[in-house]
Amino acid sequence: MSDLLKIEDLKVNYGGIEAVKGISLSVEEGQIVTLIGANGAGKSTTLRTISGLVKPRSGTITFAGEDITGLDPTSIVKKGITMAPEGRRIFPDMTVKENLRMGAYLRKDDLSADYALVYDLFPRLKEREWQLGGTLSGGEQQMLAVGRALMAKPRLMMMDEPSLGLAPLVVKGIFDIIREINRQGVTILLIEQNANMALQAAHTAYVLETGRITMTGTGAELLADEKIKEAYLGKTK
Amino acid sequence: MSNFVQANLPYLLAGISVGGQYALIAIGYTMVYGILRLINFAHGDVFMVAGLVMVYTTTAMPMYLSIPLVIVATVVLGFLIERVAYKPLRSAPRMSVMISAIGVSYLLQNCALYFTGGLAQVYPTIPWLSNSVTIGSATTKVVTIVTPILTVVLVFALVLFIQKTKIGMAMRAVSKDFETSQLMGIKINSVISMTFVIGCFLAAIGSLLYFTNYPSVIPTSGSMPGLKAFVAAVFGGIGSIPGAVIGAFVIGICENIIKGLGSSWTIFSDAFTFVLLIVVLLVKPTGIFGEKATDKV
Repeated sequence: MSDLLKIEDLKVNYGGIEAVKGISLSVEEGQIVTLIGANGAGKSTTLRTISGLVKPRSGTITFAGEDITGLDPTSIVKKGITMAPEGRRIFPDMTVKENLRMGAYLRKDDLSADYALVYDLFPRLKEREWQLGGTLSGGEQQMLAVGRALMAKPRLMMMDEPSLGLAPLVVKGIFDIIREINRQGVTILLIEQNANMALQAAHTAYVLETGRITMTGTGAELLADEKIKEAYLGKTK
Repeated sequence: MSNFVQANLPYLLAGISVGGQYALIAIGYTMVYGILRLINFAHGDVFMVAGLVMVYTTTAMPMYLSIPLVIVATVVLGFLIERVAYKPLRSAPRMSVMISAIGVSYLLQNCALYFTGGLAQVYPTIPWLSNSVTIGSATTKVVTIVTPILTVVLVFALVLFIQKTKIGMAMRAVSKDFETSQLMGIKINSVISMTFVIGCFLAAIGSLLYFTNYPSVIPTSGSMPGLKAFVAAVFGGIGSIPGAVIGAFVIGICENIIKGLGSSWTIFSDAFTFVLLIVVLLVKPTGIFGEKATDKV
């Protein structure tokens, strides 16, 4: 397997501070890769830079062998990278179906198979197809955000804190879906504060602390690591 | 009631007609606000420029060429204003963009002053629109009847466009959330340009209808209809297209009914609009259809 996404020595300034201080990481095709870390570690900034919303100060981002550093968000989506953003950010005044339609904004081909795929993953969305996005529950909105990110037929889907503000049972459901989407061939880059769930799901994990990667390994390795247990998994000394 | 209608029919008709013209301008304000949260103070002056372009082009070419040219020129002007004066300020504070809009407004007025030499330019008579028709007790111009019909048709088409087409959906998405729209692959700059193009297209149509009722165009001709259309947009709930249209008809009709009350009242017809603005801002600042002003986190 080859690296689908490769980041080398990425530095990003955000809001006047250096939020990402030279990180390198790679995402292998077909894997679930997670970035864990506390608030302000630079996780979101990293994803926002990959998606083109933020321009890096230096470093390179390579996707499928092609340099995509500093491209605009539209080109990034065209290359096959989509994102389910933090806080879900669905369009509240649009119906579930319109939200999904927006996810496929750049596509000109037939979408019926893709609607079917999303509704198959999330039967709840099918039931609520004509409901406005803003009337959905938090968990349903997260499903919609994930479904919307799938509509562009991405090779890499990035997810920013999908478990944020959701009940534990709902979080479990979301992670089951993440694994299912990955089995269907979509590579996933996931950032999470819920380190336990993320590490269980991930093939590869990186720990980000104040803009630097401090640890890397397989999900299982990090789950077993004493320092990780103390810092992120709530183990008492 | 029927006596009142009978006696006031000419004013009522004029009111509906002027209301339609205000509506065509007000949509430009409300759509731009909906997407950029910007009150485009230059919009009334774009409307005036459309009038002047009509004046100048009709001296050089037949009307069937000059009318489309007016529409195209107005649309191009709106597009250029956005690209030159607003787009570079996309990440600047909203106040800066608004000041830039005020600057564009004065720039257009002063350019108009330069080109016209400060003289009122006689507006050409558009043949069919200026003909007289008699309805009941009222004799009026064809334009009075055409305006509300055309307005309703255009508004209907616009609402369909925004509800049903992909670019219309993108406009709704961008008006809610710039960043997430970008993540969908939407090019926000094209969507914003589209908004200005539509707004200016409608303002150009509005100017053809509006100036047909007036003998001439001067550099400040856009100010008063622009302000009234702005009040209409605020009254209807700025950002809402149906709101702006209803607001415009309310203002147009009330203004003309007041004129019909007698000569001592006529001078208050403009004042009515601005009293309405103050009352709306005091009582219901979000207007009839406005969204609650909650800044989402």
